[in-house]
Amino acid sequence: MADFPFYLIASITIASAYWVVVSSRLIYSAIALLFTLFGIAGLYICLYADFLAASQVIVYVGGILVLIIFGVMLTSKISNVSFQHASRNQIAGSFFALGIFTLIFTVAMRTEWPEYELTSIKGTTEILGTMILTEYLLPFEAVSVLLLSALVGAAMLSRRGDS
Amino acid sequence: MNSLTSYLAISSILFSLGIYGVITRKNAVAILMSVELILNASGLNFVAFNRFSGLGKNLLDGQVFTIFIIVLAAAEAAVALAIIINLYKNYDTVNVDEANTLKG
Repeated sequence: MADFPFYLIASITIASAYWVVVSSRLIYSAIALLFTLFGIAGLYICLYADFLAASQVIVYVGGILVLIIFGVMLTSKISNVSFQHASRNQIAGSFFALGIFTLIFTVAMRTEWPEYELTSIKGTTEILGTMILTEYLLPFEAVSVLLLSALVGAAMLSRRGDS
Repeated sequence: MNSLTSYLAISSILFSLGIYGVITRKNAVAILMSVELILNASGLNFVAFNRFSGLGKNLLDGQVFTIFIIVLAAAEAAVALAIIINLYKNYDTVNVDEANTLKG
């Protein structure tokens, strides 16, 4: 029963991810995405990635999900029925997705992955900080410039008035 | 069964659910949510492989990559929502099959 939390988190994640893609109301999809993101943060904790779990909750749940809910609210007329929306191509889509899943799953199961036993575990935050500021300094700066330009561009795109 | 293959199974399920959402959804915001599912699946893969290869030796390259994925997802969500709101202002719809001005 030691693996019970893992199975619980995994089933919550997958069930809410399924609800994200099949729900007929957008706001329900957004709420289900909240549970998926929390579940993935829990899986990060199961994988000893403590810093990543915290930043997943902060950035995704606190930032991206709020942006998405704003997008849902701003682009749907709540008073009329267009808040509900339909899917299309369901049969072709499920065949395609099932094919991709079968392909990835069989390859992942058939490959002999090396198994490492963990001897000692310490917090990952210190190692991550050192790695970002030494080995990955150039990608870090590049991605920060990209984030800045993307946010400025988003602000410019969505502003009101003449442009 | 707390092994690498169980995490790979979870992330492949998330990835194919995201693919299904991108194919079947009409609403652009819903497509954006499905893309977030795909990005999360890839991030989970990076962390899982890192846990079963480098973590014992204090090498965390996979987690650094996942941090970059999170940053890119934030940038993508901001730009995509700006585009979606512009689309709604100009066409009064966010369904991607109705925004077909460029279609010949």
